[in-house]
Amino acid sequence: MAIDTRTETPKVSVSDYLRKNIREYGLLLALVVIMLLFQFLTGGVLFKPVNITNLVLQNSFIIIMALGMLLIIVAGHIDLSVGSIVAFIGGISAIMLVKWGWHFSLVVPLCLIIGAAMGAAQGYWVAYQKIPSFIVTLAGMLVFRGLTYVVLEGRPIGPFPKEFQLLSTGFIPDFLSFTDPATSVVKNYVALLAVLALVGWAIYSGLKNRRLNEQHGTPNEPFVFFAGQMAVISVVAVFLGFQLSTYRGLPNVLVVMGVLIAFYTFVTTRSTIGRRIYAMGGNEKAAKLSGINTERLTFYTFVNMGVLAALAGMIIAARLNSATPKAGVGFELDVIAACFIGGASASGGVGRIIGAVIGAFIMGVMNNGMSIMGIGIDYQQLIKGLVLLAAVFFDVYNKNKAV
Amino acid sequence: MDKIILEMRGITKTFPGVKALDNVSFKVREGEIHALVGENGAGKSTLMKVLSGVYPAGTYEGEIHFDNEVRRFSTISDSEELGIIIIHQELALVPLLSIAENIFLGNEIASNGVINWPATFARTQELLAKVGLKDAPSTLITDIGVGKQQLVEIAKALSKKVRLLILDEPTASLNETDSDALLNLLMEFRKQGMTSIIISHKLNEIRKVADQITILRDGGAVETLDCHTQEITEDRIISGMVGRAMEDRYPPRDPKIGETLLEVKNWNVFHQNHRDRQFLHDVNFTVRAGEVVGIAGLMGAGRTETAMSLFGKSWGHKISGQVFMHGKPVDVSTIPKAIGAGLAYVTEDRKHLGLVLNNNIMHNTTLANLDGVSNNGFIDERKEARVAADYRSKLRIRSHSIYQETVNLSGGNQQKVVLSKWLFTDPQVLILDEPTRGIDVGAKFEIYTIINQLAAEGKGILMISSEMPELLGTCDRIYVMNEGRIVAELSKGEASQESIMRAIMRSGEKH
Repeated sequence: MAIDTRTETPKVSVSDYLRKNIREYGLLLALVVIMLLFQFLTGGVLFKPVNITNLVLQNSFIIIMALGMLLIIVAGHIDLSVGSIVAFIGGISAIMLVKWGWHFSLVVPLCLIIGAAMGAAQGYWVAYQKIPSFIVTLAGMLVFRGLTYVVLEGRPIGPFPKEFQLLSTGFIPDFLSFTDPATSVVKNYVALLAVLALVGWAIYSGLKNRRLNEQHGTPNEPFVFFAGQMAVISVVAVFLGFQLSTYRGLPNVLVVMGVLIAFYTFVTTRSTIGRRIYAMGGNEKAAKLSGINTERLTFYTFVNMGVLAALAGMIIAARLNSATPKAGVGFELDVIAACFIGGASASGGVGRIIGAVIGAFIMGVMNNGMSIMGIGIDYQQLIKGLVLLAAVFFDVYNKNKAV
Repeated sequence: MDKIILEMRGITKTFPGVKALDNVSFKVREGEIHALVGENGAGKSTLMKVLSGVYPAGTYEGEIHFDNEVRRFSTISDSEELGIIIIHQELALVPLLSIAENIFLGNEIASNGVINWPATFARTQELLAKVGLKDAPSTLITDIGVGKQQLVEIAKALSKKVRLLILDEPTASLNETDSDALLNLLMEFRKQGMTSIIISHKLNEIRKVADQITILRDGGAVETLDCHTQEITEDRIISGMVGRAMEDRYPPRDPKIGETLLEVKNWNVFHQNHRDRQFLHDVNFTVRAGEVVGIAGLMGAGRTETAMSLFGKSWGHKISGQVFMHGKPVDVSTIPKAIGAGLAYVTEDRKHLGLVLNNNIMHNTTLANLDGVSNNGFIDERKEARVAADYRSKLRIRSHSIYQETVNLSGGNQQKVVLSKWLFTDPQVLILDEPTRGIDVGAKFEIYTIINQLAAEGKGILMISSEMPELLGTCDRIYVMNEGRIVAELSKGEASQESIMRAIMRSGEKH
């Protein structure tokens, strides 16, 4: 039974490779299929520039929280409190901005710090007192929701100052207006050029990485897959970028989100902190005995989640232009579902940032598409639930087949 | 004695890409204890899984004859119905249920789904008496030791009408007393006419109980030895397993011992859970450069606890005492500090404490020293791959590549990955806790060779082992521990199985 191959075999056959990585490609494919499906079902409304902009605005906060949640889930935990943190931060930001008239440049960092403190308050119990995160964050969910009602005294507060609203409703201004926006198709050249530059950079760095891998004998994914994936991503990105440029350009939120996605992808794949989180989630005792301070790592994972939830809270408040005690109810479930659809494992140690992002987009496109079609919230929930179950079943099925 | 109860003919079982069993034939006589031996991966467990129906009929080639009839088992319950009961290496007991509940789990004495507790307890009493357990049937599994748990598993087997009992490494995690008790029980059952198959790595035990020994190698049955018609030595069995005569089970070495590296003085530790109980008493020892030092002792003597309390206070509390490296006091109060001081601890439980099983070889190799492959928290993947590939070839880890998940490696190769991880922290003293537990003879030899190389490079090795021949074969000096104390220090010349046991026994009398 022992497999005694001494030789490195970096070249793998295409079908073998597909079988092993079907999850990752499958996910991307599923997103594309769902997009095309709803484009068809909604009679072409889905990809209208204004709707794409809406799609980004509606889902940005879910994606931003999914970045932190993925780390929590990979570390072997869960955070149910993010919806309540969203509401609480929305509430106090409204009090500081509207009631007390503080400037947003003071309020935004302050809210991020408060979010960190809320994450820390939960992380402490999970990391140092070893209370299961499910229980701690369930308590947090209730406590923070209660606090929101207390600080808002049960009433919504609004509207927010204009500059604060720009956080979620603003667009990157077009300083390259080659043509008159009133008459030309492309109304925002910055958006178009930014997307083209990013796609170019992605292809260039992907190729460069493959070349370096070859030089060092590290196995590459088969070129067919690399090319296919790049082609799909490029076509979709350029198309979406073009659509956005014919409307109002790049939403500020999209830029924030993009930077965060890139940052967390880097953290999870290339940094020692990321590697340690994966090791801890895979086997906490072994990680600890390897000299990793698992308590501190867990603690900071929750602090990080708090900061991202606070950012999401401000984006939502700015978008709704009012802080209400009911904001963010049930968001934790959307965020967690995005991570699991994206292939994270409930037992920890497994999951990818890009998976969580695609998972969130799958949920987002379905929400948006079904709303346009006029499907009621009841059936939307039902369908989303089934999609979650199907995605996880697909994982389990693949894993069993591989053994 | 000569009636054949079980015959497996021409069994071939193929997994994708691997032929796990190749035309294996195997005969068991009624009323005997039949030992099945072979290196890890030789196909022992696979053969037993074919027999018990874990791999259903049709997924393998060949025939199974039981009681002179061809049998085709498609589930485990099919084979259990005929009285073929298998007890796996990993015990299948529910820790928070009682002994009685575990014994009748899935087989409850009940009418219309209502459990008859008086009958259950009475029947459990009977079964426990048969296996020589005196605990109450209502005792929780978690409250009894591994040795007793093993006996509960046997009682559970007896609760079904068992005709052929299969034990997969029953004594792997037992101390000598418990192992002896278990083996005596098997011999008692033999007198009553029961047939058993025992899979084991412990050749001395096999010699003690077996009537016949079948040796598997690389998925084929090599030979069957009859212990009554010929004298079977351990070396005879080993040469059958590895396919060559093993002149020496331990590679030769020529120790060059230098200055004292590690010195531990007056090490006192209280029990992790029973916080008012002192567990280690004034433990003192030294390890010198180039020296392999052993710690012998029975299970529970405090060997692992000494190592773990020393390694960043990973075990115990109220720890006091001094630790010196190169004669200078060092702080080992946290694991990073202990690593920084030049210590490494290779755990006895590599699956739970040593490896992140779903991570690949490369990630496990660098886990304890990520700073060694990163700049400012940024991992240099190519450097990491170089490091892992380097250790993979140096320690001869057999795998497809450094990207193979460690869960798919054999025990010996997993152990080498754990060793790689610690070697990459560049320690001065390595504490090896049962470094060859559960790995096969060939891989053991390789591990010993690695130990010798490390000593030759001037590192100090502290080796904890329950296998006395292993300590005697590899160590320059052996400390003997008993009941939390070091009770003897024996030089290579003084050390023998007898002198170690004598030291343990004598220290027991003093208290």
